[in-house]
Amino acid sequence: MTFEDPIEKWSSGVATVTIGATASEGGTRCRKIDIGGATTLPFLTFEGITPNKPVIAMEVLDCMPSDWPETLIKPFADVIGKPGEWAAKCVSQYGAEMICLKLEGIHPDSEDKSPDEAVKVVEEVLKAVDVPLVIWGCDVDEKDNVVLPACSQAAAGERCLIGTAKEDNYKTLVASCMADGHALIAESPLDINIAKQLNVLISEMGFPLNRVVMYPTTGGLGYGIEYAYSIQERGRLAALMGDKMMSPPVVCQIGQEAWNAKEAKATTEEAPHWGPAEDRGIMWEAMTAVMLLQAGSDLLIMRHPKAVAMVKQIIDMLMGKQQATEK
Amino acid sequence: MIIIGERINGMFKAVNAAIQERDKATIQDLALKQVAEGADMLDINVGTATEDPVGTMRWLVQTVREVTEVPLSIDSPNLATVKAGLEACSGPKMINSTTGQDEVLNNFLSLAKEYDASIVALCMDEKGVPVDVDGRVEIAMRVIAKAMEFDVPIDKLYIDPIVLPVKADQTGPGKVLESIKQFTMLSEPAPHIVIGLSNLSQGAVERKLINRVFLAMAIGMGLDTAILDPLDTELMDTLITAEMLMNRTIYSDSFLKAYRQR
Repeated sequence: MTFEDPIEKWSSGVATVTIGATASEGGTRCRKIDIGGATTLPFLTFEGITPNKPVIAMEVLDCMPSDWPETLIKPFADVIGKPGEWAAKCVSQYGAEMICLKLEGIHPDSEDKSPDEAVKVVEEVLKAVDVPLVIWGCDVDEKDNVVLPACSQAAAGERCLIGTAKEDNYKTLVASCMADGHALIAESPLDINIAKQLNVLISEMGFPLNRVVMYPTTGGLGYGIEYAYSIQERGRLAALMGDKMMSPPVVCQIGQEAWNAKEAKATTEEAPHWGPAEDRGIMWEAMTAVMLLQAGSDLLIMRHPKAVAMVKQIIDMLMGKQQATEK
Repeated sequence: MIIIGERINGMFKAVNAAIQERDKATIQDLALKQVAEGADMLDINVGTATEDPVGTMRWLVQTVREVTEVPLSIDSPNLATVKAGLEACSGPKMINSTTGQDEVLNNFLSLAKEYDASIVALCMDEKGVPVDVDGRVEIAMRVIAKAMEFDVPIDKLYIDPIVLPVKADQTGPGKVLESIKQFTMLSEPAPHIVIGLSNLSQGAVERKLINRVFLAMAIGMGLDTAILDPLDTELMDTLITAEMLMNRTIYSDSFLKAYRQR
């Protein structure tokens, strides 16, 4: 009788989604990035393989940020409000592997920018950087339905990741992404059943699941991260056990959630007993990211360059071991 | 749930005729249809009417292998026939089945080891099928211990509590359900538990209804594998729903569709 290591045997894995198209594929990106593809829980190198390491996309807005604390404004002070330059700085100076362009300026309560204005920003950012692009709407369904198809068309062939499609608002965006060759973010409100149902609906439209990235919505430290974590983890377990409808990789809004917590954005004067604001917010963002990496996040959208650098280092450390043991 | 398609069996008239005429198309069609409807494995049984079970088994296995790579369950009580099937079968395979009788168990377990095959063990021995739950559990325990001795990993072991026709003994199904529940506690991890479902309704009028209801009950007890007819859509819907209700698959409004899109 031989001893068997108590190792889980998974029958399936996470789907691989490719973002960004190079010149030979009809785009203008310097490289494409694969996310997902793991056949094990995060960083358990002895159980399976993680062919692609988690990727960080840095966030760029199409308008002036309204609620960013000083700590967050500081690294971008010279480029804020200029999306092209902002994106270029993230890539050249802060090593962003991807840019996530958030179209907050199209929100009716913000600057209510028109589709044409949004398209101009998309074109500006595409021109300014050659890394793959995520394009994120404003969360108002009616407005997204007008703006995102225009942006999708403007970026046709670049294989961007565009979102978000929701259970009651997915058809327009699915059709656009299908026509223009983009990948799609499927958003569900911290509800695993809706996440699965949405993927079923999207695939029923003929959209391939290997072009879907799930956004099960993200909690930040201080905002119920445990629940976000357990939803993600359960989804990942289902994917590994062969549930194809739960197999798409996962994207998380780390920066947005972390910097929403009062613990991250309170100034040193407001909360002297919490230590200096400069370090606190950055740590808050980095910790949120590291926790959600453990839950199975494949793409992290982040804000502060120092938090990005920290998390990158941690990802490399966790992945390094795997490279040494991988056959 | 692991679904083993039962349709390639010489006991069925059409299959028997196809065997006699060496009609590949009929067999291959049946194989592909079952896989399309959700079979994870295909049972291959030559039946009783053939004079050359060894040659027939070899032919059936090769015929099915030409069209699909799913694991095959080589179904025969005869050692030589099983061996022929295993030899002919490339890729993953299963022996269906051994009994708990010492000599039989030894022979089949060493075959399983030699061919790296999974194996179904029936809860019966030289005294036949035990009348009570305890007798079944005792045989199951013996099989698990023996499998460890032969170095056959527990996840390749399938214990079958043996389902008998309800028409012959109405106390039988209850005992099978209780056995399934107890089998899940025999080892950690537990062995797979499999039933040959159709046997339950032999000779009954409402065959499909009886099969369907019992399958749901057995899944509730911990059954994780069944030999059944995947072409019976209502049966498959019942199975999928029971799996979902047992929290083995994530619910979505289109859970039937989602399961079939795997």
